[in-house]
Amino acid sequence: MATPKAIVLRAAGTNCDKESQYALELAGFEAERVHVFRVMETPALLDEYQLLMIPGGFSYGDDVAAGKILANQMIHHLAGALNKFVADGKLILGVCNGFQVLLKSGLLPWGRADADEANRDATLTWNDCGMFVDRWINLRADSDKCVFLTGGETLTLPIAHGEGKFVTRDDVVLGRICDGDQVAVRYDGDNPNGSIDDIAGICDPTGRIFGLMPHPERFVDPTHHPAWTRKKTDHADGLSVFLNAAEHLK
Amino acid sequence: MIHRIEVRLREGFGDPHAEGVLAQIRELGIETVSAVRSARLFFIEGDLPLDDARRVAAELLADPVIEEFQSGRRETASDFTVIEVHRKTGVMDPVAASTEQAIRDMGLEISSVRTARRYELSGDITDEQRATIARRLLANDVIEDVHFAAYTPPETHTSKYELKIVELPIRELDAAALEKLSKDRDLFLNLTEMKAIREHYKGLGREATDVEIETIAQTWSEHCGHKTFRSDVRVTDESGKEIERIPNLLKTTVFGATKELDKPWCISVFEDNAGVIEFDDEWAVCFKVETHNHPSALDPYGGAGTGIGGVVRDPMGTGLGAFPVANTDIFCFGPPDMAIEDVPKGVLHPRRIMRGVVAGVRDYGNRMGIPTVNGAIYFDEKYIGNPLVYCGTVGLLPRGKCFGNPAAGDAIICVGGRTGRDGIHGATFSSGELTHEHETEFSGAVQIGNAITEKKTLDTLIQARDAGLYSAITDCGAGGLASAVGEMGEHLGAEVHLDRVPLKYAGLSYWEIWESEAQERMVLAVPPGNVEEILKIFAAEAVEAVVIGHYGTPGKHLRLLYDGQLVGELQMEFLHNGLPRPTKEAVIKSAKRTSPSPQPKDNYNDILLKILASPNVASKEWIVRQYDHEVQGGSVIKPLVGVEHDGPGDAAVVRPVLSSRKGLVISCGMNPKLGELDPYNSALHAIDEALRNNIAVGGNLEQMAILDNFSWGNCNKPDRMGALVQAAKACYDGAMAYGTPFISGKDSLNNEFQTDTGETIAIPPTLLISAVSVIEDVSRCVTADAKEAGNCLFLLGTTTADMGGSHYLLVEGVESGTDVPPVHPAESKKVMQAVQKAIAAGLVRACHDLSEGGLAVVATEMAFAGGLGVDLDISSTDVPSVAKLFAENAGRFLVEVTPENSEAFMEIIKDIPSGEIGKVTDTGMVVIRENTETIVDVSIADAKQAWQGTFDW
Repeated sequence: MATPKAIVLRAAGTNCDKESQYALELAGFEAERVHVFRVMETPALLDEYQLLMIPGGFSYGDDVAAGKILANQMIHHLAGALNKFVADGKLILGVCNGFQVLLKSGLLPWGRADADEANRDATLTWNDCGMFVDRWINLRADSDKCVFLTGGETLTLPIAHGEGKFVTRDDVVLGRICDGDQVAVRYDGDNPNGSIDDIAGICDPTGRIFGLMPHPERFVDPTHHPAWTRKKTDHADGLSVFLNAAEHLK
Repeated sequence: MIHRIEVRLREGFGDPHAEGVLAQIRELGIETVSAVRSARLFFIEGDLPLDDARRVAAELLADPVIEEFQSGRRETASDFTVIEVHRKTGVMDPVAASTEQAIRDMGLEISSVRTARRYELSGDITDEQRATIARRLLANDVIEDVHFAAYTPPETHTSKYELKIVELPIRELDAAALEKLSKDRDLFLNLTEMKAIREHYKGLGREATDVEIETIAQTWSEHCGHKTFRSDVRVTDESGKEIERIPNLLKTTVFGATKELDKPWCISVFEDNAGVIEFDDEWAVCFKVETHNHPSALDPYGGAGTGIGGVVRDPMGTGLGAFPVANTDIFCFGPPDMAIEDVPKGVLHPRRIMRGVVAGVRDYGNRMGIPTVNGAIYFDEKYIGNPLVYCGTVGLLPRGKCFGNPAAGDAIICVGGRTGRDGIHGATFSSGELTHEHETEFSGAVQIGNAITEKKTLDTLIQARDAGLYSAITDCGAGGLASAVGEMGEHLGAEVHLDRVPLKYAGLSYWEIWESEAQERMVLAVPPGNVEEILKIFAAEAVEAVVIGHYGTPGKHLRLLYDGQLVGELQMEFLHNGLPRPTKEAVIKSAKRTSPSPQPKDNYNDILLKILASPNVASKEWIVRQYDHEVQGGSVIKPLVGVEHDGPGDAAVVRPVLSSRKGLVISCGMNPKLGELDPYNSALHAIDEALRNNIAVGGNLEQMAILDNFSWGNCNKPDRMGALVQAAKACYDGAMAYGTPFISGKDSLNNEFQTDTGETIAIPPTLLISAVSVIEDVSRCVTADAKEAGNCLFLLGTTTADMGGSHYLLVEGVESGTDVPPVHPAESKKVMQAVQKAIAAGLVRACHDLSEGGLAVVATEMAFAGGLGVDLDISSTDVPSVAKLFAENAGRFLVEVTPENSEAFMEIIKDIPSGEIGKVTDTGMVVIRENTETIVDVSIADAKQAWQGTFDW
């Protein structure tokens, strides 16, 4: 199988695009960073790629709400192309601001970019502490469905966000997400932002669209871990997310 | 028409911001407020039908899961107190700009958007309390207006500017009139300088225009011209006897050392916007640290944010443009627990300043996607009127693009943000003293930043750089276009059409356009053949760029035009070399050495805990966590280390090139407490600490560069100048002894505050030293947390009985003597070389430099960071116990080594003062013994709690 190709979508204020590209390359992807304007001009660009990553940052300053304005662009200019991308069985990964964009465009939780449905059932809002927080947390992969993770594995990754508290409209929505095995990762132990049910990331019903607040691309080298000087290992938990994606596309 | 839309959280969803406001209201001592609710307000102006406005609210402005919206005014229940905070007209509103674009993305046409915040307070409060809450917590008078009822701003009408060229007759003015002119126009020029300008115009045989005078004042400002540092100095002793004369202080001291050291890895020093050194064969790194003190005093959030925004543009404007890879932040504030009634008039409370500054740095730095990796915070009552905000940026640029070279004929392109009235007179304002009236007088000097504009400008500039499309670049910082174009065109001349500069709003006069310090702008010199292509790159990512003129004029003049009419013409030669070099008077006080001798005690537990909790030493985790210190994926050693990732780190390490194992070690040193007691040794301490911190994690003394940032009082006063001379000499001596060249520096003088009662508060002499070194392999780095019970602890360096300026005396409430521990750079250097060698050999498990609080504090920090214990015996030397525990001598480290490696380690340190003083234990206790007596026995849980409790905000 040919090398899988990944597109790292960037916009004004995206700032994790380079390290995301690097992580994808480490995992065997051929990865390119492309401005959203180029895709809006030529939506068919997406046809060339098997994985779409929306990286972290502050797209458009997170003005109005985190990820909202980029999501708004995607809904109004790219809905058709994105829905085709999903229908073609390809993968979408949204990290941090990218997760916020996926939720606010409708690609999560139900797998469809749509102006009428977007942002109706679930959202990410301000951390309980009311502040941006950068720290490392433990995670547990709780879904057998999400192709980016191995069900049951534990990971340690950093978070760096102000609006990372996952909230659903009501318990019915939460139940539907849980029953569909769409809760991909939960905070294990310490919940850093007050997310309901300790949810750190979810996937769509197919398991091929995955959004999470923690940053897997920030733990692809052993020296990324904050306590690496205590016990040296060759392992880097975040890399597995990208390796699993590459494996799935083989 | 204007649609007013209110967005608020639905019942049942918590509002952390409103809760934070409530907590801060309680901190103000107002107990009667029982609840706070907040709402976001949007005002959409344009011919938009109500249905469309409601669609915008539903789909864009409100989050339907958690929020509800209302168009029009909400009826206010009578038991609510309403406080609405609206930006003053003309103040930048980034959210409004993004919202306008998003509404257009929805296919709707509007003319503009404004935003505001609304608070609703339940509970009885007086009008006075309401005003206090609004003023102290919610709004900043400098940039915002408060309304105590629902308010909808009127439609905006701006009138076009009508050109009127203003002449300022100067040739006939006498001394008094010259001084009046300087004062009336806030030029901050002294009589000698005003006379030089008068003579120049007499020679020209014409009067000056306003824009010419403003340009000269800005170019000659302390901020841009570093007049004090470049002056000749006459040094006397207290009796008035001349000791020496120093020609050009800067050249003789800081520059001098760099020149003499002549390190081959220095690429460009003191000539560009940042100092540049080699990284590897492909890349160079540059580093610049700036201060943004005066603006941060008036508007902490905006001032600090634009401080970061400004210093980030320095590397962007260095060589042909560097990509910023790390930020540093060092702050000095008044005491955070000061009673509100003790805060002088015209000054914000230190807590408010600190919260605002941290939030400003956080929101700008995080949005730019630059990790904030290193910093420090100090507190002293003398910073009450002049908080200090230092921001630094490290950048990465290709080796082949370290120099720009503008050519005659190159187009001048202004790229990035638009120009508004922001920051008019910022350069001159920051060169003067603050008074209690500055709050209103100089509100225009505060700039409001928009990080995303700067980020997208950066993204496109790097593409243009790599395509080789421009020949030179610089940032628009202090002095705006005047400074940027003036400097870049110094040897060519330039012609600028000021009417072509894109404006935020109409009505700016030509000199306001020229002098504006609006943020996020860069100036490029672009060969004519590349103009079309470069404009295409900017346009592709919606970055505004406009050709405003060209370099190269007959006679190398600076020619300013508006609507085709000449509004000012200056000779570059006079502008850049016409400033009379003054002679400054400096008095050096003979330091009578005083040394209060602390009484020995049986047990030092309380003192240790008090030092750990003292604001300078206490954990700054509350701040560190608000900064993204890992973005860009190059983080190696983080600001917080240890088993629970919350112990103190000495320096940061980053890998700026992800595919390489090479790293940058970034550290700082500063000690305001010592500055007043002994300016010379204080400066050496700052250098030693910056280097020590750097070495402690694995830094490389062979390729380590340093930066100086002086924040001083009014150097027209000979005693302040005397302290500056002593510190500058220490910089020379230190750089030479350690072999670490200065590559960049900056000074912020006149940090004095006039209270309404006529008292002058000068800051302590405050020298920040920043250090950066290049290392081959980051996996050799170490951290300060103790690693394993049974390992040996070695103390390196010499401890003496000198306790001047120590934190021991501070927490004991004993007035310090002047016995600042002398620094011995030659000995320190040997210690550092030994540590470097041992770390490189893989012999060191943990290493922590000794600074604030001395050995006891450092050993305790290592213990709790590692979740372990330490057991030390300090019997061996003959200095007093207090000094052994708490002295703050430079040049010392505490190093953890496994028993197996002890012998090899001892071989490396055999020629330096050192001793094995104890072991790491697993008892969870810090035990320190002296001559069979236990003088410290504190649990790491108590110690950590004391250290973390102070800023548990």
